[in-house]
Amino acid sequence: MLTRALGDLDRAEEAVQDAYAIALERWPRDGVPADPAAWIVTAARRRAIDRLRSERRFAARAEAIARLDALEREARDEADRDDAADGDLAMSPIADERLRLIFTCCHPALAPDARVALTLRLLGGLTTGEVARAFLVSEAAMAQRVVRAKAKIRAARIAYEIPRDADLPARLGSVLATLYLVFNEGYAATAGDALVRRELCAEAIRLARVLCLLMPDEPEALGLLALMRLHDARRAARVDAHGALVLLADQDRSAWDRGAIAEGHALTERALALHGRGRYVVQAVIAAEHGRARRAEDTDWQRIAGAYEQLAALDDSPVVALNRAVAVAMARGPEAGLALADEQAEPLAGYHLLHATRADLLRRLGRAGEAAAAYERALELAANPVERRFLAGRLAEARADERG
Amino acid sequence: MKYLLTIYADESTWVDASPEDNAELMAAYEAFTREASDVVLGGEALQPTTTATTVRVRDGERLLTDGPFAETREQLGGYYVVDVADLDAAIGWAAKIPDAANGCVEVRPIMEFDAPGADAPSHDAAARG
Repeated sequence: MLTRALGDLDRAEEAVQDAYAIALERWPRDGVPADPAAWIVTAARRRAIDRLRSERRFAARAEAIARLDALEREARDEADRDDAADGDLAMSPIADERLRLIFTCCHPALAPDARVALTLRLLGGLTTGEVARAFLVSEAAMAQRVVRAKAKIRAARIAYEIPRDADLPARLGSVLATLYLVFNEGYAATAGDALVRRELCAEAIRLARVLCLLMPDEPEALGLLALMRLHDARRAARVDAHGALVLLADQDRSAWDRGAIAEGHALTERALALHGRGRYVVQAVIAAEHGRARRAEDTDWQRIAGAYEQLAALDDSPVVALNRAVAVAMARGPEAGLALADEQAEPLAGYHLLHATRADLLRRLGRAGEAAAAYERALELAANPVERRFLAGRLAEARADERG
Repeated sequence: MKYLLTIYADESTWVDASPEDNAELMAAYEAFTREASDVVLGGEALQPTTTATTVRVRDGERLLTDGPFAETREQLGGYYVVDVADLDAAIGWAAKIPDAANGCVEVRPIMEFDAPGADAPSHDAAARG
């Protein structure tokens, strides 16, 4: 059955072996499923699809990169012929073309999800199906989004041009927000398709890199690239062998990608030197400060709390205020943090992380009963299975403390 | 005395209509325009609401939303027709309209009808993608 679906005996065999390996690891831990044979077939099919997908992706990527390389070589040759002064790739017609495309795909008159869909479709290496899976919508719905966005670009005459100076700050802001949305979608630790999610982060970083090459003096672009590199550097340490979320303080810092952190630091410094004080630069400063600490207890929480204060002045969202509360708790103690978190209780009543934060601060203040109640509320609201597992563990601990 | 006559219709029926039905409607509008030529000062057909962008200015910051004006608290209070190069330029003017800071301004492209015999307009590469 599997062989017919895959059209290749070797593939089917490989997939079934993979499935048995997964079963050997999981069944002792989670129990044997009701219908083991069906479980194996389903798992094998899933593995096979994963493998096929990554093979296809590599093939398509190799081809796209070869094409891009050829284009860039051509541009270089042409520039060499013309004049040495025009040799800078960032000034080439291809660079212009790419900038135009980025700005058009991320036009603020398009809905944010349409910007993401267009950007990934026209600038990225992902197929519509992959983008759809990453955003948990059907392939048809994702394709429809792209079609609608293209129709609006045409009908409303969104110019296929690099924006005029007067429009540049707002237009650039929309490009950066779109790339960050793509990155965050890939970074969220869900049990979804891990491969596609990693690909989304890589794609956002790649596009931000292109943007920084093309606009080397834009501090916010540098700040966003720095921020994403610094977050992505921690990817391997954020989830443990069982797929459970590991908090920043508990992460194995030797698993952090030091090369990515060094690049993040250099980019942050460069953005600050260009007098960047925007929201991405300030967030990069915070991430860089975490990256600097070799051990969690070495973290300079005073500086981080200061940076959050700057961020709160730029962005009055309750989520930023909540993050600031966490930093203040670390810098000045859980009591000070709890007071700030409680200020956000009303706007963030339906947000699981408000309750998880309050729970953690109450736990540290030794108020186990209140902590347990807050963990319960957080668990009711959390949708992500990895986060739910973490919260359930903490809830059990708090209940045990309450009794003890 | 001048009056503004605004036309409301279910745009999906217009989009889904057969070419014959659309031709019939166009002929009816042409007949109306001829009949009313002494009193009509101007008028345009608008592109569907899916092409609209709503502009608001709050605390000096320009906020754009994809789609038409949707709230019911504000009422239509006036209009301008501008002729500019592209959507960014139109949005730029929309944001300068004083009431953009209190209410909002919907920017909707006006339908362009091909002159008979003219080539179909060509569109940008992004839209072809």
